[in-house]
Amino acid sequence: MILSVRDLQVSFPVGRLMNRSAILGVAGVSFDIAAGETFALVGESGSGKTTLARAVNLLQPISAGEITFDGKRIDGLKGAATKPLRREMAMMFQDPVGSLSPRVQVRDIVTEPFRVHGVEADLRAEADRLLSLVGLSGDFANRFPHQLSGGQARRVGVARAIALNPKLIIADEPTAGLDVSVQGEVLNLLNDLRERLGLAMLIITHNLHVVHHVADRMAVMYLGRFVETGETEAIFQAPAHPYTAALLSANPEPDPDKAKDRISLPAEVPSLLARPTGCEFHTRCPWAQSRCGTEAPAAQGTDRRIACHFPLSPGARPPAVQETAS
Amino acid sequence: MAEPLGALGIILVLLVVGGAVFADLIASADPNKIAPRDRFLSPSIDHLMGTDQLGRDLFSRVLHGGRIALSVALFATAASLAVGIVLGLIAGYGPRWLDNLMILVFDALKSFPTVMLALALVTLFGPSLTAVVVVVVLVNVPGYARIIRTQTLALKSAEFVTAAQSMGAGAGRILRVHVLPNVIGPLLILASMDIPVVIAIEAGMSFLGLGVRPPTPSWGAILNDGFTAIRDTPWIAVAGGLPIILTTLGFTFLGETLRDVFDPRLKGRG
Repeated sequence: MILSVRDLQVSFPVGRLMNRSAILGVAGVSFDIAAGETFALVGESGSGKTTLARAVNLLQPISAGEITFDGKRIDGLKGAATKPLRREMAMMFQDPVGSLSPRVQVRDIVTEPFRVHGVEADLRAEADRLLSLVGLSGDFANRFPHQLSGGQARRVGVARAIALNPKLIIADEPTAGLDVSVQGEVLNLLNDLRERLGLAMLIITHNLHVVHHVADRMAVMYLGRFVETGETEAIFQAPAHPYTAALLSANPEPDPDKAKDRISLPAEVPSLLARPTGCEFHTRCPWAQSRCGTEAPAAQGTDRRIACHFPLSPGARPPAVQETAS
Repeated sequence: MAEPLGALGIILVLLVVGGAVFADLIASADPNKIAPRDRFLSPSIDHLMGTDQLGRDLFSRVLHGGRIALSVALFATAASLAVGIVLGLIAGYGPRWLDNLMILVFDALKSFPTVMLALALVTLFGPSLTAVVVVVVLVNVPGYARIIRTQTLALKSAEFVTAAQSMGAGAGRILRVHVLPNVIGPLLILASMDIPVVIAIEAGMSFLGLGVRPPTPSWGAILNDGFTAIRDTPWIAVAGGLPIILTTLGFTFLGETLRDVFDPRLKGRG
């Protein structure tokens, strides 16, 4: 395993001195990523995906749990102790242009990891090599970030991430803000690089097409917890958690002949300040029963883990929708 | 001309700078040569601006005084910038408590009237050009540091800064490569607009006898020489006052024009 996360919690303090409390942005998640594997985290905005990614990258202090990277515990490392690890684990941020320093030329952006880690190299040659790896011509080396399109900026971000041959790349919304055609190019690029360089990837996204396209395994996140984890293909074929089923049914299907019954979820995402009792999804779950409101389900299974009292059988339709459909 | 005031500013600044640089060529008289027989001569071909109470050629003294004024202004402004930038970056990027402490110190410094600060320092260390520079630095640094601090604070959570942290870059590198180039522009414009203020501080301190020591020529000192005899020999005060007015006007026009051209958002400040 290149990355192992156990019972990770990230809490944020809220309130003033007198009634200070904490909310859990990430409320105890566990997962493993094997070398060369791509693992995707999906969930709505605010489900804790980005917080989890930042915690794994040690940009966000954790409040409980363990993070093991490449056989070594890394949680709690601070300052200079994190530096060797940062060479092995690269993060790509959401905003393609905003994650590039505005007054620095592309040449220096993609070779900055060499300078930061004091790696001796012919930086001009390295810049050209990295740019060609991500499909950009050497002319781009002299440009500044504001002279790049979103897709080009994303490629520069990818080039910077792979500069020192990391073992793991964390990609936070790698396709956000890009045209659909460019999204496809970027995903193909990531897939291609993963195969060529043997990288493991942790991809954070709310775009299910991205997940389907690149991820070997995936986890569905809701209110800071994993509700379902497993092989991407298996989950797409037969989602077992009602939330996963709802997410997948909301995914636009390009084939119009394929009948798609959307499972619509009532109500809004509950506030992290007032988590529902029992199963936290029961306030929106079409299949909820009385037990769900009182007893929190533990995640069942090994390869495929589902946190639900009543996992769905393949093709299950929610009770309410069946009434109106006929 | 699109910017008549800017053009006037450039002309005035060029006149002052040229006069200071080529002072020895333009005015052949020794600015410090005392000639008791030539006291209080009114302006003439021999003495373009007349002479003072010691018979010194005022035109020469004004040009050489320009050297003092400009070099103090440039050196003190550069020193203020250097200190202000470093402190601002530390306050903006460092821990919260340090930021609060530094802001407190900046505010305390800023609340001192300039003249009080000057008097206190001169009482401690005696009048000198160094005292002038130190006063200017103390007066300028709080404002400069605050500007840098505010913008650093805003950039601290920018994604490209987080990306640099994620890469393992240290605070020094992040501030130098990723923060400073993005925050320094407005400060340079403001600093250029502060040059006339610095010139006025130097002249003011020299007028009060807190700046340059006699007989070094300084516009403020010349003004003081003329001040006591202003009814009988007004040209001495004019010789000291006119360059102060023209220089501050010139730099102000130039600075404001530059500011409007480079950073319209700052219009109306300063």
